[in-house]
Amino acid sequence: MVAQESHQHSAPQGFIRKWVFSLDHKVIGLQYYFLALTAVFVGMFLSLLMRIHLIWPTAVLPLLGEIKPETYLSLVTMHGTIMVFFVLTTAPQGGFGNYFLPIQIGAPDMAFPVLNMLSFWTTFVAYVVMLAAFFVVGGAPLHGWTGYAPLSALQSAGPGQGLGADLWIISIAIFCIASLMGALNFITTTLDMRARGMSLMRMPLTCWSWFITAILGLLAFGVLLSAGILLLMDRNIGTSFFLPLGTINGQLTGHKGGSPLLWQHLFWFFGHPEVYIAILPGMGVASQVLSTFSRKPIFGYKAMVYAMLSIGLLGFMVWGHHMFMSGMSPYTAFAFSIMTMAIGVPSAIKTFNWLGTLHKARIRFQSPMLFAIGFVSLFVSGGLSGPFLAQPALDIPLHDTAFVPGHFHLIMGVAAIFGIFAATYYWFPKMFGRMMSEKLARIHFFLTLIGTYSVFMPMHYLGLAGQPRRYSQLTELAYLHPLMGLNTFMTYAAIITVAAQLIFLFNLFWSMFKGPKASDNPWEATTLEWTTATPPPHDNFGGRTPVVNNGPYEYSVPGAPRDYVMQSDPATVTAH
Amino acid sequence: MASFTPTIPAPRPTTSRGERGNLPPVVGGGDGGRPDPGSPDYGARLRRARLGLAVALTPIGMLFVAFTSAYIVRQGLPTFDPSTNTVVHDWIPVRLPTLLFLVNTCVLLLSSVTIEYARRQLARQVALEPVQSIPGVSLGAERKFPWLALTIILGLCFLAGQWLAWSDLAARGFYVATGPSSSFVYLLTGAHAVHLLGGILALLATGVSVVLNRPLASRRIVVDVTAWYWHFMALLWIYILALLEFAR
Repeated sequence: MVAQESHQHSAPQGFIRKWVFSLDHKVIGLQYYFLALTAVFVGMFLSLLMRIHLIWPTAVLPLLGEIKPETYLSLVTMHGTIMVFFVLTTAPQGGFGNYFLPIQIGAPDMAFPVLNMLSFWTTFVAYVVMLAAFFVVGGAPLHGWTGYAPLSALQSAGPGQGLGADLWIISIAIFCIASLMGALNFITTTLDMRARGMSLMRMPLTCWSWFITAILGLLAFGVLLSAGILLLMDRNIGTSFFLPLGTINGQLTGHKGGSPLLWQHLFWFFGHPEVYIAILPGMGVASQVLSTFSRKPIFGYKAMVYAMLSIGLLGFMVWGHHMFMSGMSPYTAFAFSIMTMAIGVPSAIKTFNWLGTLHKARIRFQSPMLFAIGFVSLFVSGGLSGPFLAQPALDIPLHDTAFVPGHFHLIMGVAAIFGIFAATYYWFPKMFGRMMSEKLARIHFFLTLIGTYSVFMPMHYLGLAGQPRRYSQLTELAYLHPLMGLNTFMTYAAIITVAAQLIFLFNLFWSMFKGPKASDNPWEATTLEWTTATPPPHDNFGGRTPVVNNGPYEYSVPGAPRDYVMQSDPATVTAH
Repeated sequence: MASFTPTIPAPRPTTSRGERGNLPPVVGGGDGGRPDPGSPDYGARLRRARLGLAVALTPIGMLFVAFTSAYIVRQGLPTFDPSTNTVVHDWIPVRLPTLLFLVNTCVLLLSSVTIEYARRQLARQVALEPVQSIPGVSLGAERKFPWLALTIILGLCFLAGQWLAWSDLAARGFYVATGPSSSFVYLLTGAHAVHLLGGILALLATGVSVVLNRPLASRRIVVDVTAWYWHFMALLWIYILALLEFAR
């Protein structure tokens, strides 16, 4: 391993160099975080519009007017796209990963700081292009975040499928490039810049999760880029990669020979690893926070690492479970089904290890811990409906019903978000030098936990009862009348839950300026970020080079003077 | 990461009378005693850049893996032919400008050779930089041959040759959207050309950095990484050509 070298760039002066085009991974991390913060409020607003429309379809909203069915579909599309890409793929990895990976491994910065800066601004450009789709002629696309051909491949397929869809594809292509640049940085940094004594098996689980997530991104985003290029070609220069012979509005499209299934395969080969990219950092944070606030080492550190590696590997072999209804051979479906259920094994190992960490622990129920425990709860709730959908026989009646969004919202829309919240409350003192209000945090936690369960748990029941997804008009279907009461309840719960996030927003910004000053290690944690000043200096360790002697979770070590031993403290008896 | 250790053998510098003379000791360097041109972490930066390149080549590879997969799938796809009311396979492989592609392949492989010479030339220059200031020490047979400029020219010739190949296809009536086979020919060769252009821009940037007097070590790292990238592009081109020629 390389001895600590001199930091490549000195602290910048001037507003532009310091806060806009900063090369400092900490500033870039915050930039990603605040981009995701704006995106999540845009996404939540879109989801509120959807929920309101479902129970009051004829409502005329101020400024927006009546929501037509095609508008509803564009809301579905943009909500999904913005949340999956600009929230769940940016905040956990680009936000916290950028900020804390170098510090937790004892490095002064990422491997390629200029590339890091470029990756954020490229993401920003992608975000602007995506939002622009709302404001062009025809509006935002309606083909869903999954962009299935032939709907997405024909300019005349519907409102928003002209320029709006082109902007959507271009935005995603730009996002692919940005993500690949970021993944490059994460992998090189983790492999090449760990401090002396920081072996791979002494890294905090957060670092492992960012590393594995980066590998997944490295392998998956290239395929999405290829799909996007082929789709742009089909739409604009007349090729027929995804378009079969067919007519639109009674006229031949001029394409022939292509296959919509090819799009599905290419998209989901990316799409499934993408959802693991969304959840793995949350798992890392959950392990970190659970260990810290249980005052116990994480139960089964090695198993946790191998489980994350297995999830990453198996995640590339299950994409067909999104395509059970596409007409595939039952034997192929069987293979994908077995692999999908196999992923349940490492996921269960992680869950039991989290519980094992909590078992007989003297738990400190502070706000980061509440969200970490909430993460485990939601991971179980959302994860358990996965094996249902993993079986083709069950997927046949459940595909395209509300059961599916029930599943993925609990796990992506809530568990992964709880991971982000846990990380925010946990690392806020280190990033901003102040403590967040614990009282407001608790109110936020309980309202969000109860609210999100209220919104998404009933979706499983609705799906089993036959309520379709992506339908803008439920009230006109007689067989759904008995379910409208539940839908109304879910809408009210959604409104309250979104409102509760304003408490978080207030807490975040108020505490940044007015919160009580934080010490360097308010949670008495062990990892390297807590050894340095709060907030960390430009080169992270103030000229020092950390040397690591202990594992990442040395809590309650018998015979130690305190109930925690920091990674850079002298070696303890149990150090490995 | 031992696999990224630079191992360019530096020729023994001699005095102008061909003797070995008294050489100064190799000073500094925080990484295994390799010659240390100025910055204390030069070797580490080179290793890191090479690691970064290896990582970066993975998604580029995945892009072409995805294109290959689409290519193979498309070849076997049946489609409905309304004129005969039957399901047919409509894959008709387009006749490739093979001779032109082979000439371009030779140009690209030659450019790979020239960039490898450039890479080693620069590595030697960097290794010998500490001793070059000593009066009486010459670099022997080392010439300032413009390998880098030659590579740029050959790279541009390759792109021009690709343009000729596309013109040949167009002249025979095969455009991007003419048929599935022609679509893939343009797609695969075009995507490769775009990536090669990126490599050429990197080399041009290196040329600019010479004029701007950037440190030799930084230039060496850029050229080293670009050279490996270039070799990957050459291998990728051979793969694409083989795919188009044989997996028809």
